[in-house]
Amino acid sequence: MSTRSPLRHAVRIGLLWGTGALFISLVGLIEALQQRQIVTGIVSGGHTILLVLILAAGLSLARPLTAVGAGVRLGAAALAGVIAALPVALWLLLSRVVNFRAMIVGATPELYTILSLGRGPAVLPWLLLGGALLAAVGMALTMLPREAQSLATTGLVTLLIIGLLQEQVQLILQAPWLTRIREALFTFDGLTPLGAVIVVALSAGVSSLWHRQRPRARARLAQWPPARRRWLQVGGFAAAVALILLLPLFVGPFFSQVLVLVGLYTLMGMGLNLEVGFAGLLDIGFVAFWAIGAYTVGLLTSSSPQAIAHLSWWTATLIAAVVSLISGFLFGLPILGIRGDYLAIATLGFGEIIRLLVLSDFLRPWLGGSQGVLGIPKPVLFGFEFRGPEQLFFITIGASAIVAFVAARLRDSRLGRAWMAMREDEDVAQAMGINTVNIKLLAYGIGAVFAGVSGAIFAVMVGSVFPHSFSVLVSINVLALIIVGGMGSLPGVVVGSLALVGLPELLREFSDYRFLVYGAVLMVMMILRPEGLWPAAAQRRELHEEVAAVPEREAVEMLPGSDG
Amino acid sequence: MGVNAMALPRSRWWRRLSVIELYLWAFRLAVVLVVVWGVVGTVRAARYSGEVWLDFVVFGFSQGAIYALIALGYTMVYGILRMINFAHGDIFMVGAYTAYYAARALDQRGIFNSRPLLSLALILVVAMVVSMVTALLVERVAYRPLRRAPRLVPLISAIGASFFLEYAVRGLYGSGFQAYPEFNVFKGEWVLFGVGILRTQAVVIVSALILMAALYLFVMRTKTGTAMRSVAEDMEVAALMGINVDRIIVITFAIGGAAAGAAGILYALVFKQVHFFMGFYPGIKAFTAAVLGGIGNIPGALLGGVALGLIESVAPILVLDGLGIVAPYQLKDVTAFIMLVMVLIFRPSGILGERLATKKA
Amino acid sequence: MKRLQIPVALTIAVLLVAAFLAPLAPAATVGPVTDPIGVVRINRGQPITIASWLVIAGPDASLGVDSNRGIEIAIADKGRVLGFPIRLIKEDSGCNAEGGVAAATKIAANKAVVAAIGSSCSSEAVPGAPILWKAGIVTVSPSNTAPKLTDPKRGPDYDGYLRTAHNDLVQGKVAAEFARKSLKVSRAATIHDGSPYAEGLANAFADNFKKLGGTITAQEAIAPTDTDMRPVLTKIAAGKPELLYFPIFIAAGGFVVRQAKEVAGFANVKLMSADGTFSPDFRKAAGDAVVGVYNSSPDLSPAVLGPGYAKFLEKHQKRYGEKPLSAFHPHAYDAAMMIFAAIEKVGKKDAAGNLYIGRKALRDALFATKNFKGLTGTLTCNQFGDCADPKIAVYVSVSADPAKWNPGTDPKKIYP
Repeated sequence: MSTRSPLRHAVRIGLLWGTGALFISLVGLIEALQQRQIVTGIVSGGHTILLVLILAAGLSLARPLTAVGAGVRLGAAALAGVIAALPVALWLLLSRVVNFRAMIVGATPELYTILSLGRGPAVLPWLLLGGALLAAVGMALTMLPREAQSLATTGLVTLLIIGLLQEQVQLILQAPWLTRIREALFTFDGLTPLGAVIVVALSAGVSSLWHRQRPRARARLAQWPPARRRWLQVGGFAAAVALILLLPLFVGPFFSQVLVLVGLYTLMGMGLNLEVGFAGLLDIGFVAFWAIGAYTVGLLTSSSPQAIAHLSWWTATLIAAVVSLISGFLFGLPILGIRGDYLAIATLGFGEIIRLLVLSDFLRPWLGGSQGVLGIPKPVLFGFEFRGPEQLFFITIGASAIVAFVAARLRDSRLGRAWMAMREDEDVAQAMGINTVNIKLLAYGIGAVFAGVSGAIFAVMVGSVFPHSFSVLVSINVLALIIVGGMGSLPGVVVGSLALVGLPELLREFSDYRFLVYGAVLMVMMILRPEGLWPAAAQRRELHEEVAAVPEREAVEMLPGSDG
Repeated sequence: MGVNAMALPRSRWWRRLSVIELYLWAFRLAVVLVVVWGVVGTVRAARYSGEVWLDFVVFGFSQGAIYALIALGYTMVYGILRMINFAHGDIFMVGAYTAYYAARALDQRGIFNSRPLLSLALILVVAMVVSMVTALLVERVAYRPLRRAPRLVPLISAIGASFFLEYAVRGLYGSGFQAYPEFNVFKGEWVLFGVGILRTQAVVIVSALILMAALYLFVMRTKTGTAMRSVAEDMEVAALMGINVDRIIVITFAIGGAAAGAAGILYALVFKQVHFFMGFYPGIKAFTAAVLGGIGNIPGALLGGVALGLIESVAPILVLDGLGIVAPYQLKDVTAFIMLVMVLIFRPSGILGERLATKKA
Repeated sequence: MKRLQIPVALTIAVLLVAAFLAPLAPAATVGPVTDPIGVVRINRGQPITIASWLVIAGPDASLGVDSNRGIEIAIADKGRVLGFPIRLIKEDSGCNAEGGVAAATKIAANKAVVAAIGSSCSSEAVPGAPILWKAGIVTVSPSNTAPKLTDPKRGPDYDGYLRTAHNDLVQGKVAAEFARKSLKVSRAATIHDGSPYAEGLANAFADNFKKLGGTITAQEAIAPTDTDMRPVLTKIAAGKPELLYFPIFIAAGGFVVRQAKEVAGFANVKLMSADGTFSPDFRKAAGDAVVGVYNSSPDLSPAVLGPGYAKFLEKHQKRYGEKPLSAFHPHAYDAAMMIFAAIEKVGKKDAAGNLYIGRKALRDALFATKNFKGLTGTLTCNQFGDCADPKIAVYVSVSADPAKWNPGTDPKKIYP
């Protein structure tokens, strides 16, 4: 890598980012983002993304060019910037003679206006010059002292996030006493220039404080006696729990709704994690158990003609868990002997079979067919009705906490170790006397229970169950989120569902580009961080080849009365 | 290692498995009974004439030929890399969709129907080249960096590539669909042995057979084909023997991509419509077909594709209709997947058996 | 861990009590307006906010985009309401239940929203409309046609739901009457694609056809992603129907029409689809085979809709550079205009020029809409929210050229 000349690096990286810029222009992403004002009247989303891409070209040159002098680095970055601006510039030139629109829908006149800043072909030299400058700025950023770097990046990234999510931020700031703040920072279309300055200043200030105070606080902590430190941990934990529980009050119904959805996917992720992450059984039909849970609750509680009982949601959910467990066993039995990738296709088939059966006219008298099961009442506890997403959030959090606890205990139990052994080598595990049949069925069954409970909450969240909600995309989404989070890692599931479910849900207005970005993120993640965002300890150990100190868990387990 | 695994005490295994085995046998018996019951019901009702049954079989064959061609790419890549190229269905889509613009250009200039064979050759070349380039790009970007990674990592990357291709095409070509112009030559029927067969279907079946045969000969008779088979057998040893493994993998992807492009054109001949999501379900079906026939096995892909096409076309009416199930064609995928699970239980390695040396799939 | 249980339990208890005591929706007096549900206050110079929740992404996007355009043209035509500009927030509802929940929740969270227009698909409205009504937001749908949404037994959750689209019971009835009385067929078959719309309409057609003394030979179903319709068509042909009614969407509908030509026994079977395929794109999908295919659809012929619709089409062409993408743009236009008229009825200003709109009052004013002159006819809302002035017609395609698409002459209106 580093034996190449700076020139070649500059050309390669410039071309890479430049092609990327041209591509996202042509698929229409730039035009869509241009609708969104990042700073009202000053800069819109489309331009912002292009600026960020060229900056990134400069930034990404820093690593391969550590060995050369500052002048050469800046020069190379400027060259990369010119090259990165070239594809778009050439396209603009060509589009005057070739009609691309006959084939490429995204090549609209509006896009050309955006790319040429409304100034026509005269703008081309300026584009190239701007590219050079910007990339050089990106490179210059990497030469600043560390603290200045982090201040600049924090400020800009925060500005971008708040700018993109301005609608959602404004939804939070709706309370009467916040109106003043809201009107100072925002107009209907986005951040005001003053608001932008405030956001950048605040975030940079916080970042600077963090950088300066953190080492001091750490040093002070190190001098504390262990008992006091323990109290601090406990206090911090309690504060975190309280904060999570108070969230819906702060963020309002829309964010609560997103959090509930994240919670549902977390529950499913925990279940699939048992199968794939712990036991190594690939499953691309996991949505089936979600559907079974949802339909069980629907049929047991709703007011629709298909209902077979009118139980409370709590009872119905318990029954749904049992039904899921049984269906997990029944589904696991025939495919016991199937291994590896055959398992993938068999499970995918199972997911589709369940979806098609609940949709079919054949079972419509019992399951409602495409018209679904309607009129599922909200859960009630001691006269308290879980009316909307803010209340359902508590059920979801509670269920997630219980499931996470169970999953963690399972992981550290004999059963968990047996699963891991089977994951590593099924034949050896069998030879060691592990009953692989039983533990496979248990993995399917318990995983199915988690998904079934998630489905039960989903049913009341929507208040009705339609077959169309249970597409294969749900299964793929759950599989992707446990791997992006980190295989076999419990916190990873939460991180993964925040990233792959929460974020797209927040950016609903760009839902046209949701899967494009999703696909790109999956590929890039797998190449750059295959172990996931929050990898499990075992995987981290494998990657770092170092045996961690004796895990504290086992020491704790020997103490009496420490069952949580 | 294999020896140790085989030396398990058999008796204990049986004692432990008795309940499970019983269940499995009951499951198989139940499926067989249901099938027989349904068939008897259909035959006794005698609602459909012999000609109609022949029609069903022909429909199944033509659909199966397309599945088989897509399955080829799956099977070859799996044989060599042991990975599910989840994006393969979308590679098929990209070729078919891009070739539409070539077909449209020819149609606007009037060449399409005045020189049909030349036009067909042209759009076939366009589709095959585009699909091949797409396959190579996907391999280079999404798979090659992950060759040493755990099994699931390339699968997720492939899923990412699949979404990316679908929605990139959607952004570039639009979210609607496009419809191929019609070849007047292929309208109507030919009568073979007293059976009327649609010309498009005849063309599809024959072209698929020719392509398959060519490919089979290539893998079996050429030097490159031998190298491919040895890489599939054992990558490390092949590398030690002086085979350039990277090159072989690239060639595999190129051939699989070209076959998918050809399948795309045949699909367009039969169905006319192309849109960005058209590769998803055929991709899943083709993978099912590859597994049915025995993965890594080229004749198996043909057999699996045809078997799946026939199941989808005939099973709903032969079995479900006889059971008195309403709207049986809504459940055609259910029959296909149940058949798949049955095959996997009875013959875990597919109809013709997988061509993998080790059973560590 | 033990030490934590008590504080955590206490926190949860306090929160639950707080949530329980949180008032539902206070009867509020703001400025000059008192309303049992709530009041929206719009400061002078600020816009009146309405929200649309329609499907604007994914495979069904043309339906929602088309309706949004109808709303945008209505806003441009109206200019100002009580002197205030109008702002439209567009949410995507995805044409499925969870998309409807997400979009409705997002709109309900925005206290500035006065009224909503949506949804596109009935499966979104089932869970979505109650969420909006809990927040006091009334919604008018331009394209939901499922009968249950305005059924007398629909329950108080749907008190804030109206629609300007026709009820499918009407379309199924007209299609069946046309088949029996005009085409004089006595045997018919249906196909649906598993969507709630298609299944409901196919059943409405079948029920009415039987009532009129016809025989239904088969009621089949396919998946919207299916491409090979020959097996299912062959099975239908065995029942010897004279007409096939397939109220599905464009892609699958195109396969049905093309492949019906290739299936033995379908030579003399008449084909009839519904408003899901009533679009120039259907001609692209079905090719030459589309000539002679019937479509039941809302009547968009100028003679029935009057001069207003012709003007609308001109504006549409000028603004978007293409013909409408689907059939429900005039319904969306009417929904927006109805809402504006209701706001004008109930909105009150204070001395400083700020506007106050009572939520319950707005809902009541909308339900009281009578003889409202809209693009789609003269609208009168009943107590369950059906406001449509349903004019269903049957058309037949004369040519297969998408460019010649002009409802009324080609496809030619032949019934009533």
